[in-house]
Amino acid sequence: MGDSPIESRSATGNRPTGTFTVKRGLADMLRGGVVMDVVDAEQAKLAEDSGAVAVMALERVPADIRRDGGVARMSDPAMIEGIKAAVTVPVMAKARIGHFAEAQVLAALGVDYVDESEVLTPADEAHHIDKWGYDVPFVCGATNLGEALRRISEGAALIRSKGEAGTGNIVEAVRHLRAILGDIRRITQADSAELYGWAKQLAAPIGLVQEIAGSGRLPVPLFCAGGIATPADASLVMQLGAEAVFVGSGIFKSSDPERRARAIVEATAHYADAHLVAKVSTGLGDAMAGQEIDTLDVRLAARGW
Amino acid sequence: MTIGVLALQGDVREHMAALADLGEVGRLVSGPADLVALAGIILPGGESTTLSMLLESSGLLDPLAAALTDGLPVFGTCAGMILLAETVLDGRPDQRRFGVIDITLRRNGYGRQVASFECDLNVAGIEGPSVHAVFIRAPVVEAVSPDIEVLATLPDHAYTGGDVRNVGGGRPVVCRQGPVLVTAFHPELTEDRRLHQLFVGMTKGER
Repeated sequence: MGDSPIESRSATGNRPTGTFTVKRGLADMLRGGVVMDVVDAEQAKLAEDSGAVAVMALERVPADIRRDGGVARMSDPAMIEGIKAAVTVPVMAKARIGHFAEAQVLAALGVDYVDESEVLTPADEAHHIDKWGYDVPFVCGATNLGEALRRISEGAALIRSKGEAGTGNIVEAVRHLRAILGDIRRITQADSAELYGWAKQLAAPIGLVQEIAGSGRLPVPLFCAGGIATPADASLVMQLGAEAVFVGSGIFKSSDPERRARAIVEATAHYADAHLVAKVSTGLGDAMAGQEIDTLDVRLAARGW
Repeated sequence: MTIGVLALQGDVREHMAALADLGEVGRLVSGPADLVALAGIILPGGESTTLSMLLESSGLLDPLAAALTDGLPVFGTCAGMILLAETVLDGRPDQRRFGVIDITLRRNGYGRQVASFECDLNVAGIEGPSVHAVFIRAPVVEAVSPDIEVLATLPDHAYTGGDVRNVGGGRPVVCRQGPVLVTAFHPELTEDRRLHQLFVGMTKGER
């Protein structure tokens, strides 16, 4: 951030990398698209064939992490390299919350985005990674506006609403999107003195609160994750104000992943066109089974501080 | 006079904002009906493989290809440049393209995201200070035909110590062929509207 005015520039041949502008810029290019969780090169190819804007490389999709239990960690570098070699779209990978050494490894592997993710078992119960020191951009989850702004203040260049990963249940994603976007709408109505109250209430930097009051949006793109299983789910969250979607278990836990992936891509791009969403929703086979939130043993969205 | 912005995926909003800043009427183009009576069209940044699939599924591919072949002015940035190029290396074999500017590109030619960069460019025909350019997983221009006007090239990398590659030094990054203008970077991500102004001029028949 802190760009100097255009007038002061001349073509010197300097080429800074890892700036906030290029980190945020990649997220901007993914808007209107679908990022798909994949566990091997074959799934990654299918995702790209179906129109994914990026893939998230991980060893187990959230539904399986939930089923298997135990500690969920960063994936094997060999698996990430295999996926990088298989596709031309950006490759993201997950590090545990606060596990800066895993993030360093992912940066060394040359992934395009690091997801500091609550889907993996947290490594630090008080601190997230200081993300400013990396050339690689980070995406983080958030359940409310305060959490989103704290992650941005730590250097995240993209926020995704968390939802409840691996459930195939959209209700938490809707709750989190409404919480984030509803508070943004309220802040745009606040006067300058009230913004200090908002910063205190949200436990977020006043500078970011003031920025939102002026712009009416987060300083970085807001995507939606956690529970998207159908084209209509994608249309719902895009209409609520998400700028793109992450689909984890929803594709490869369904009966016809290729058709469903493509249908979700089309529904995300044309989210306001109900006739198109109806058409692509037709005859997709079984969606992933899904779970009621009240029956869950572990709430992944509660991880993060 | 309305200028379209292909609105299937990518940074559509920034291009619409640039047009509004210049006092032009922008129209989101997501289906064939949106192509009617356009003075020009912008193909935004995004993922070119995704855009290619959505162009086909939305029914836009053939009518837009016909309009471009008929000379509809078009401005492609990054992924938009890839969609307009005659030849693309390291792409997907089934990736659909319009092929209306005779250049050869290499997708992600500068490297992965960590190699994305910013720099300042001198652009022919643009007066005043240099243009600040944001390159994100950008394509590298490998070859241009003699018919192409190269309006800007990438300066050689100033940093000579350490392990920094000088990929693309001297390579074209702004090219024009008749009604087709392309940039390997994202002018829509900065506040500088001079490249959009150049394109708006092209839609009004200015040289």
